[in-house]
Amino acid sequence: MTIIRIDKKDWAPGLEKLNSSYRLFGPVKEQDFHNFKELAKGEQPDFNCLNTRLSPKSIVQPQSEIMLEFTLDESQADHHIMKEPAVNDKPRAVLGIRPCDAKAFQLVKLNFDTLEHKDVYWLRNYEASTFVGLACDNPCSACFCSTAGSGPYNEEGLDVLLVNAEDHYLAKTLTPKGEALLKSAGWQATIEPGAAEAQIAAQQKSAEERIQSRVYTDNLRGQVTNELYEAPFWEEVAFACINCGTCTYLCPTCWCFDIQDEVHGCAGVRMRNWDSCMYPLFTLHGAGHNPRGTKTHRVRQRFMHKLKYYVDKYDNGIQCVGCGRCIRFCPVNIDIRDVIDKMNTYGTCQVDQS
Amino acid sequence: MEPAKLTNHKKGGRLENPYLPYPVRIDDVIVETEDKNLKTFKLVFLNPEDENKFAYEAGQFAELSVAGQGEIPIGIASSPTEKGFLMFTVNKVGLVSSYMHSMQAGDIMGVRGPLGNWYPWEQMEGKNVVIIGGGFAFTTLRSAIIYMLDPANRKKFNEIHVIYGARTPGMLLYRDELMEWEKRDDIHMHITVDGTDDPDWQYNTGFVPTITEQKAPQGNDDTYAIVCGPPIMIKFTQPVLDNLGYDHDHIIMSLENRMKCGIGMCGRCNLGKEFVCKDGPIFTLLEINQTPKEY
Amino acid sequence: MLEYNDKIREISKKILKECKVDLVIGFRKGSVPMMNEPHVVKNPDDVDKLIWDSHCGINLANYLTERKEKVGIIAKGCDSRNIAVHIIENKIDRDQLYIIGVPCQGMVDKRQITAKFSGEIQSIIEKGDTITVSGNGFEEKLSKTDVLQKNCAVCTHRNPVVYDELAGDLVEEQRGVDRYEDVRAVEAMDSEAKWQYFDEILAPCIRCYACRNACPLCYCPTCFVDESRPQWVGKSIDPTDTRTFHFLRAYHCAGRCTDCGACERACPVGINMRVFTKKLEKDCKDLFDWEAGLTIDVRPPLDIYRPEDPDEFIK
Repeated sequence: MTIIRIDKKDWAPGLEKLNSSYRLFGPVKEQDFHNFKELAKGEQPDFNCLNTRLSPKSIVQPQSEIMLEFTLDESQADHHIMKEPAVNDKPRAVLGIRPCDAKAFQLVKLNFDTLEHKDVYWLRNYEASTFVGLACDNPCSACFCSTAGSGPYNEEGLDVLLVNAEDHYLAKTLTPKGEALLKSAGWQATIEPGAAEAQIAAQQKSAEERIQSRVYTDNLRGQVTNELYEAPFWEEVAFACINCGTCTYLCPTCWCFDIQDEVHGCAGVRMRNWDSCMYPLFTLHGAGHNPRGTKTHRVRQRFMHKLKYYVDKYDNGIQCVGCGRCIRFCPVNIDIRDVIDKMNTYGTCQVDQS
Repeated sequence: MEPAKLTNHKKGGRLENPYLPYPVRIDDVIVETEDKNLKTFKLVFLNPEDENKFAYEAGQFAELSVAGQGEIPIGIASSPTEKGFLMFTVNKVGLVSSYMHSMQAGDIMGVRGPLGNWYPWEQMEGKNVVIIGGGFAFTTLRSAIIYMLDPANRKKFNEIHVIYGARTPGMLLYRDELMEWEKRDDIHMHITVDGTDDPDWQYNTGFVPTITEQKAPQGNDDTYAIVCGPPIMIKFTQPVLDNLGYDHDHIIMSLENRMKCGIGMCGRCNLGKEFVCKDGPIFTLLEINQTPKEY
Repeated sequence: MLEYNDKIREISKKILKECKVDLVIGFRKGSVPMMNEPHVVKNPDDVDKLIWDSHCGINLANYLTERKEKVGIIAKGCDSRNIAVHIIENKIDRDQLYIIGVPCQGMVDKRQITAKFSGEIQSIIEKGDTITVSGNGFEEKLSKTDVLQKNCAVCTHRNPVVYDELAGDLVEEQRGVDRYEDVRAVEAMDSEAKWQYFDEILAPCIRCYACRNACPLCYCPTCFVDESRPQWVGKSIDPTDTRTFHFLRAYHCAGRCTDCGACERACPVGINMRVFTKKLEKDCKDLFDWEAGLTIDVRPPLDIYRPEDPDEFIK
C-alpha cells in the first residue's frame, strides 16, 4: 500500500488524462441534490456533497438494462432467437464513491457471483469499475455505517481511498487496479507514509467520533427465523408504510429486479429493471394467489431479508451498510435503526422458564 | 437437499450467460385435458449440441422463453432417459402461458435451464417411493415415473406406488401412459377422480387424501412420499401421511412461486433464506416447516 | 399548532375509552427532523404518543381505504377533504369515522428548508410562526409563513370540512390567494415549450411510485401501470413511460384531488408533479365550478351526467 499526494490543482488535468482510457462517473448536482452520473468530457465530479441521493449502484446495475435482443421478423433467419447485445466493457472510474456505498457492492456481489451461477451483466460492469472512494469527514446524523459493518474510512471494496486534506488529497492505493488508475492519471507523487498515515488516522478518528447513531446486530444470527417472522411488532412497523419503492430504489444493497420483454415493431429486447419487494406485483402468482399479499408481509420481507435471511445465508453480516438514505427519504419516516433494534432484542427480555 | 449442479461458466474465455435461452422448435403440441387448458409442448433443440448441455434430472424445471412475451418457469415433464426432445405441460394462466397456447408446431422459442434441484434420487435408492399427485401438478412426477421405470433404473428402487387424481377422467394428464402403467406389475397405480358419470370407469373414485389413506403403504425409514398438487390436496394429504407414519424428512414436495431469473438472483421467490428457484423447488416437509410459509 | 396536542390526546383517549372507535390514526414524533410517522393507537394509555406540529404533511386519509373498524382520525383541512372523497367513493363509511378536525396553518416544506442550508439540519424547533433551524455550526430563525409547502401557501381550505370534534378554534381562511398562477404560466407556453418543461420536471423520476402510494386517491387494487394483460405502460425508465404514468395519474385524479401535496412531499427526487394535478383541478373549477372534497352530499362532476354539461360531444 502506498500513499500518493494529489495536489488539487492536478486533479482536473489528471481526470483529463483518465478520460482516454476510462469512462468517468462521479457525483453531480442537478436541481437540489447530487447523483452519480457519467461525466462529460471536462466535467468535474462535485465532491462538495454529503452523499448522493441515489446510491451509485446504477453504475453496476442500471435501473433498466438490456439483457438480450431479438427480431420477430420472420424473413430473418434468426427470428425469435435471443442474442446478446454488444457489450461496452470500457473501464470505468467511479470517483468519489463513499466507503459505505463501496462496501455495499461487496455485499451485493454475493448474490450475483455464486458458485452455481454468474450474473454476467452485473459482474461485467463490476469488474470494469475502479472504485476511487472519498473518505467521509461529515457523516450525517442518520448515518450508522460504523456499526453496520462499514465506516467513514472503510476500505472494503475500494481500489483507492481519497482523503481530503485542504489543498490536496491523500490517495491510499489499495489494489493493483487502483494503482493503475493513479498511474494513468499521472498522479504519482508518493510521500513519506508515516506522516500521511498519522494524518489519515487522526481524520478518521474524528470522523468516527462524529457518528452518533449506532445499531446492535449481535443477536440477529441467533434468532430463530420463524419466531422473528411471527413477532408481533411487524404490524406496528408496517402501519405507516405506503409500499412505495423509495427505500429499495435508494438503497445501495437492494438488488431485486424484474425481467421484461419490450417490442417496437419487429425489434425486441429482453431487459431487466429494478424491482421492489414493496410492490404487490413482485410475488403475485399467475393464478392470482399472492404469498406476500399484505403490506405487512412485504415490509417484513424487506427487513427480514436484510437483517436475517442474508445474515444466515452468507454469514457476512447484515445486508445494510448504514448509509441512512432510507431513513432520510422514507416519506413516512420508517426507520431501519428502530427495526434493527426490535429484531435484535426480540425475545431477549423474556424470563427463562426452565 | 442435494446441491445444485455446478455449471460450466466459461466458454471460450467468456462467462456463459445464464439468461440466454437455448433456441428450440416446437415439434408437437398435444391438448391434454378436456377443458383444453393444459397443453403439452414437445420441444427440439435447434442446435443439437445444446441437448448435451441441457443435462437434467427428474424434478428440475426450466424457463420457457417466448420472444416478445417473456419467460415462465415450468417443470420438465420429460425424463432424462427420453432423448431427442424436451416436454413441458403448460397450464393457460398468465401472459406467456396464454400466448404459448396459441403457438404451433414449427414455431421457434427458447428454453433456459435446467434450473433448480431435483428429487433426491441417490437418497431414494433401494427405497420404496410413493408418488402422490393431483391435478396438473403431475408434470415432474411423470418425469420421475418414466425415469424410475427405465430398465436401467428400475432395479434401483423397491416398491413404487402412484396415487394420482383429477376432477374427472378427462382432466387426467398423460392418460395413455397412465393406462400403460396400469398394466405393468412393477408399479402400483392408484388412479382416482373426484367424480364421474362414466359407467365404464374402472379405477378409483374419491379425493386423493382418501385414496392415499386406503392405498399408500405405511411410512418407515425405507419409504419416501413425493407429494405435488394443489394446496387443498396437500393440506388434507399431510395428516394422512402423518397417520401412516411418514416422517417429515421423508415427505418430499415441489413448490412453486413467482419467478423471473430462475437462478436465485432477482429476489422474489424466497421462503426465508431459501430461493424456491435455486435452493428448491424440491424441499422436504421438514425443511418447509422451518421457513416462513410464503408460497 | 403545537397547542393542539393536548386536545388531540384528550379526545383520542375519550373516544377510545368510550369504545366509540377501535383505533385512532394520527402521527407520532419522527426520528429525523421535519418528519413524523403515521401511527395507529389502539390503547387509551398510548395516546401520549400522538403529536401534532408543522411536519404532519402526509395525508392520513390514505390509511382509511377499505378499513372495517370504527376509526378515529386526525384530519387537517386537506385530510378532511380527502376523507370526504373517500366517503363519496364508498371507500369508507361516514358512520365508521370519528374525525378529530385540526384547523391548519400550513405544513412546512422540508425541501425548501433543506435547500437553504449547506450543512445537515439536525434540529427544528417551532414556536408560533418562528421556526428555529440548527445544525452543526449554524442556527437560524425562519418565519414559518416563508417556508410553507407550496400547496399550503395557496390553500383556501385550512379548516376541516367534515369533523366530529375540533382540536382547536377554527382559523381564518386565506383570502385573495391566486391558486393558479403557476398553471397559467404553463398554459401560456407553446406546445414545444410545454413539452420541454414537462420533460425537465420528470427527468429525475425513478418510478418508485411514492407519489402514487402517498396519494389517498390512488387506491386502485391494480394500478394501470401494473397491469400486464394488456400492459399499458412499459416498466423501464423510458421517458415515454414515465410521462404516461404521471399524465394518466393526474387525469385519474381530476375532480378528486384536493392539492394536499402528499405526492410532492413523498417524492424522493423532488419532482413537482402538482403542476399536472393542479391543471386538472383548475379545469374542474373553471368548467364545473367544482372543488373536490367540500361536501359528502354532491357527487363529483366526473362521475355524473348532467344535461347542462358544458361539452357538446357528450350530449
